[in-house]
Amino acid sequence: MPKRTDIQKILVIGSGPIVIGQAAEFDYSGTQACQSLKEEGYTVVLANSNPATIMTDHTIADTVYMEPLTVEFLSKIIRKERPDAVLPTLGGQTGLNLAVALDESGILEEFNAELLGSKLDAIQNAEDREKFRKLMNEINEPVPESQIVTTVGEALDFAGEIGYPLIVRPAYTLGGTGGGMCYNEDDLKEITRNGLSLSPVNQCLIEKNIAGFKEIEYEVMRDKNDQAIVVCNMENIDPVGIHTGDSIVVAPSQTLSDREYQMLRSSSLKIIRALEIEGGCNVQLALDPDSFQYYIIEVNPRVSRSSALASKATGYPIAKIAAKIAIGMTLDEIMNPITGTTYACYEPALDYVVSKFPRFPFDKFVLGNRQLGTQMKATGEVMAIGRNFEEAMLKGIRSLDISGEDFYLPKLIDLSMETLKERLVKADDERIYVLAEVLRKGMSIEEIFELTKIDRFFLEKLKNVIDLESKLADHPQDRKLLKEAKEIGLSDTQIARVWNVEVDDIYHTRKEAGLMPVYKMVDTCAAEFESETPYFYSSYEEENESVVSDRKKVVVIGSGPIRIGQGIEFDYATVHSVLALREAGYEAIIMNSNPETVSTDFSVSDKLYFEPLTLEDVMHVVELEQPEGVIVQFGGQTAINLAEGLERRGVKILGTPLEAIDTAENRDRFEQLLQELNIPQPQGKSVRQLDQAKEAAASIGYPVLVRPSYVIGGSQMEIVYNEDELEGYLAKTNHIKHKHPVLIDKYLTGIEVEVDAISDGETTIIPGVMEHIERAGVHSGDSIAVYPTQRLSEEIKQTCVDTTIKIAEKLGVKGLINIQFVVHKNEVYVLEVNPRASRTIPFLSKITGVTMANLATRCIIGDSLANIGYQSGLLPEPETVSVKVPVFSFEKLRSVDTMLGPEMKSTGEAIGRDRTLEKALYKGLTASGLKIPMEGAVLITVADKDKEEACQIAKRFFELGFHLYATAGTAEAIKNLNLPVTEVGKVGTEGKNVLSIIEQGEVQVVVNSLTSGKKPRSDGFRIRREAVEHGIACLTSLDTAEAIVNVIDSTTFTAKPAVEGKAIVL
Amino acid sequence: MKRQLILEDGTTFTGVAFGSSEERIGEVVFNTGMTGYQETLSDPSYCGQIVTMTYPLIGNYGINRDDFETINPSIFGFVVKEFCETPSNFRSDESLNTYLKANHIPGIAGIDTRKLTKILRKHGTMRGILTKAEYEDKQAVEKVRQAEPLTNQVEQVSTVKPYVSPGRGYRIVLVDFGMKHGILRELTLRNCHVTVVPHNYNAENILRLKPDGIMLTNGPGNPKNVPEAIEMIKQVIPTVPTFGICLGHQLLALACGADTAKLKFGHRGSNHPVYDYETKRTYLTSQNHGYAVTEASIHHTDLELTQIALNDKTVEGVKHSVYPAFSVQYHPESSPGPDDTNYLFDRFIENIANYQAAQKEEA
Repeated sequence: MPKRTDIQKILVIGSGPIVIGQAAEFDYSGTQACQSLKEEGYTVVLANSNPATIMTDHTIADTVYMEPLTVEFLSKIIRKERPDAVLPTLGGQTGLNLAVALDESGILEEFNAELLGSKLDAIQNAEDREKFRKLMNEINEPVPESQIVTTVGEALDFAGEIGYPLIVRPAYTLGGTGGGMCYNEDDLKEITRNGLSLSPVNQCLIEKNIAGFKEIEYEVMRDKNDQAIVVCNMENIDPVGIHTGDSIVVAPSQTLSDREYQMLRSSSLKIIRALEIEGGCNVQLALDPDSFQYYIIEVNPRVSRSSALASKATGYPIAKIAAKIAIGMTLDEIMNPITGTTYACYEPALDYVVSKFPRFPFDKFVLGNRQLGTQMKATGEVMAIGRNFEEAMLKGIRSLDISGEDFYLPKLIDLSMETLKERLVKADDERIYVLAEVLRKGMSIEEIFELTKIDRFFLEKLKNVIDLESKLADHPQDRKLLKEAKEIGLSDTQIARVWNVEVDDIYHTRKEAGLMPVYKMVDTCAAEFESETPYFYSSYEEENESVVSDRKKVVVIGSGPIRIGQGIEFDYATVHSVLALREAGYEAIIMNSNPETVSTDFSVSDKLYFEPLTLEDVMHVVELEQPEGVIVQFGGQTAINLAEGLERRGVKILGTPLEAIDTAENRDRFEQLLQELNIPQPQGKSVRQLDQAKEAAASIGYPVLVRPSYVIGGSQMEIVYNEDELEGYLAKTNHIKHKHPVLIDKYLTGIEVEVDAISDGETTIIPGVMEHIERAGVHSGDSIAVYPTQRLSEEIKQTCVDTTIKIAEKLGVKGLINIQFVVHKNEVYVLEVNPRASRTIPFLSKITGVTMANLATRCIIGDSLANIGYQSGLLPEPETVSVKVPVFSFEKLRSVDTMLGPEMKSTGEAIGRDRTLEKALYKGLTASGLKIPMEGAVLITVADKDKEEACQIAKRFFELGFHLYATAGTAEAIKNLNLPVTEVGKVGTEGKNVLSIIEQGEVQVVVNSLTSGKKPRSDGFRIRREAVEHGIACLTSLDTAEAIVNVIDSTTFTAKPAVEGKAIVL
Repeated sequence: MKRQLILEDGTTFTGVAFGSSEERIGEVVFNTGMTGYQETLSDPSYCGQIVTMTYPLIGNYGINRDDFETINPSIFGFVVKEFCETPSNFRSDESLNTYLKANHIPGIAGIDTRKLTKILRKHGTMRGILTKAEYEDKQAVEKVRQAEPLTNQVEQVSTVKPYVSPGRGYRIVLVDFGMKHGILRELTLRNCHVTVVPHNYNAENILRLKPDGIMLTNGPGNPKNVPEAIEMIKQVIPTVPTFGICLGHQLLALACGADTAKLKFGHRGSNHPVYDYETKRTYLTSQNHGYAVTEASIHHTDLELTQIALNDKTVEGVKHSVYPAFSVQYHPESSPGPDDTNYLFDRFIENIANYQAAQKEEA
């Protein structure tokens, strides 16, 4: 059926900031959807508050609104743009929830805007637990015994009926937020209470536990003619019980016979038809490993993380096709863009195995609760493709960028079998390595199966790897075994460890023996039809399908999995670099391992190698393609870390030389550089021995900032105020491999300034200088960044600009450079120099209109900025104020302290733009999900050093009509200002205390700066967690608090006496 | 142990032997199904063929007692990237390897099956030999080229004697050209009383059974190799509602005056989209055929084109404009593959009912 002509303008809703459970996959799906709609001639209006996305580029939609995704702002957009239709199903859960809310608000009806994609009842039938259960019963599809509850009491009653264990699933929450497995009454009480408060409709499903069942997913599509297909099915290696987002997943299913496969396929199609979904949908099923009994676990009536994975795993672009279905086209008339000759009404046939591994943030949140359950904790994921299971799995593991390139965690070796067994039963983020370790220690498949319920098929495969490892150990330098090892995916690093030789030795042996991989194409059809897709993966096979062209080419390294500190911003920069290369006539080749992103959409680059970002895997591509060089500066620290090895193996690093990267990252060389240039920096020392640290800190003087060098996002960085804290820090970070030294710097307080610049080695342009709302000490990624600066004098700003130019020139930067300054006592100190793309590139590019990654790429390939028409210096600043507000996923990460510090904790960002700082902040904070209260009460409980400042904030809250609550010490200080304050007891006291007023919803804002002292369960920590779990804004930086007071001040009216002081009588 | 697959164009793949150790010459084809190897292995339509599975891991869920499509498999050889020695599934009785050994089917593993598939796609189906790696240079190729092409596959796989699968519903005569059990299962499910007869049962004998309907099954090879069946069909379709599947479809078309031709590399897999002009919808189907009815040849017959392959537009279904006969090229009984087109068996039953009602009215 041809596309609809009764609509012209479509509003697409994006998914907003990145949080756990809703990440880059929606940039990919949203971008595809917008392009797909434009392709069909529609006018596309896009609303998304996430500036770090490709989809918010002005080229993707006709009009882009970077405004908060709330009913209020979307209504404004609808009033202004008058779209004929709204497409919400590509914007994740955010999009769906907004669709429901917009419909309820009546705005859609008022402006006659139709919801495309799926009908509202379809969304509700899938999302509302009760309606869904009812529908499943009607169509005779089994769901686990369950009950919907709205109180903890009801949950307990149900538990009394069917017994434990049980699963709690809150309604309408993202990534299983608030859900969990309950083994006893205490669990059930806690999780249900938490789940009810997080569910926007105060509803939880208490469900029979079917843990141990196989978890299978089907990605299905349907059009309005009721034609329905399965794009891909996937099998979780981790059985039911661990959220699929946190599970290791393979595609296609491995242990299902055709009967099981078809039974679940038919069931999935029956469901999508019953829901009358027009577009994509994800069905999760649980299958008894010992019978044909199955249950429907969940249905997502929209494109999802799984559909992004399925798209990359099969080549079938689900979001693109879903958008075409939304405007009335049918599957049998849409072409399959991979083959170009066949149709989208088709079920891809794979001739390879795909693995997906979740990437967890516990390298950052060392104290976080690492146990996996029904609530998703991963921030990102990697995908890998192989011709056998072991290869796909090992490639996936080395893509994680966690354990080096090995299937081996040294810290597990000394653990007792008892401990390892425990960790098998209670799965955590390292379970795959634990499995390897118990296999090395000789545990039988049967025993592992009993403990984990992981299908024996997968365990046998893991055992294969470990068996070969031990065979290798018995036969050093055996070429035949080496070949076998490479064929099942062992990395050179793993073989080198077993043989106790250097990685380069293995590499040279292989090269000599001609033991190199070939590349196979991903073509949706297992080679049945001819395809031209430039989408490849490596394998040790016979035929190489990646034909090398004679064009000039460049390889761009992506940034791998999304993690804290290395987010979607780097994918944005990577994509822009690739586009710039293509514009310049180069063949742009991209390597990346992240299935969620736009960069791994095969239509972005000339050639996509879906491969791990390790030296070994990059070298293979380089050796085949023989590019002019490799660009590493857009892929974050992952790509930068490859530079040294690549250069060692004779590969040209394009852009800023390795030398410069090293100068910026090597403490001593960096210090020397700044001294030469006469640029001040906080006094600091780098120490290699841990005992030197105390000495260094004492000589510099506390407080000091400590961190290991060569890390991303301020990993393991802390401000310590005395020697005790330093000792604590050093003890905690003991397990870090100290290949690189530890840095100790004087902590200077002041305004933090951040500059991103582009240089060609001669000319350095600075599109913008940003200042941070939070003073230095809060990681730049967790601070609110403001552009243009509001508090800096022209002189200071100029100093920042001059310093940037000097450093860029001295380092010989070709491409991007990011510098962070602190303005302390009117002097500008350099804190950090990163000669690569930074997190602020997309934000700055969008608000200044300078396509920074594009320009940088042109510099890298030899263009000069002067030629393009630029001269050194700061580009003109606009009137509009823009803010970048960090977004956290604390409600999903229990036991993680929300206190902001030098270590980055945010997962995403939102933008706010308006005429004044306050208005911009209002939008930015709202977009970040913070509820800014206009009235109510505030709880203030701060450390001694902050009391004075906190009192000023208290005063302003009071003037704005807020009621003040405080704990004893803080209350005392506030009373001294003659302000009324209600004193509340500390944690654990009888009657009203700090926790109870949060729990009872008596306060709307919490200002808390009690340092935790690194004890995991301090009072400050409990207060902050309590606030997070009740969805109350908890401000741990007084600067953020002040900013919010300013926002409230500018948007509300205060009651003031007509005349202040004494009346003046004339 | 090493084993080679040598194609008639001389391309040689050297891999690892599994299954039985017989040397076999057959037509090398590929199947893109990701599951269903057991059904494929036991599908009599593969008689005379060496089947390559494009999905690289085969045997993961073992071999069970339920999923056979025939008792004695007639496939000539099996080509995989990797076979699983430690299958895992609650129904698994034995491994793929032991099954192939017991049933005298040679297999080869460890070769670049994607490369092989691409060769077959480009150059079309070829004959090949599965052998121990012992031949001198061109010797094997010569042997393949000189081997007599098979023409009697249907005879090899069809039942020798008629037998009955009793039921209380319509009486169906099922002509077995190499029947997959799935077809019988679908008819039984609809309470049919099924009399299975050999491929060369003549019209007179069939009509003597007074059938309510006739089912023409799938089967191996070129439909023109079973001319006696074409004759039989001509005589039965005017008076008995008939449903043909796969080879049965081709035979029906030939009986009505249309023609068939060999496809370059055939359709084999579980993901073939077929558009049905009558329901105006596309269905995913399970297919296994190397020949097809040519579209142009239909025009001057009483046949109507009812279904086409969405991708290459080949004929997938026809219906007689006068007689109550229709047929499809693919496998509505699935096994393996999707059951999207299961409704065709209901249509067959309806056809019978409608035909009988019309007869009654006339009378």
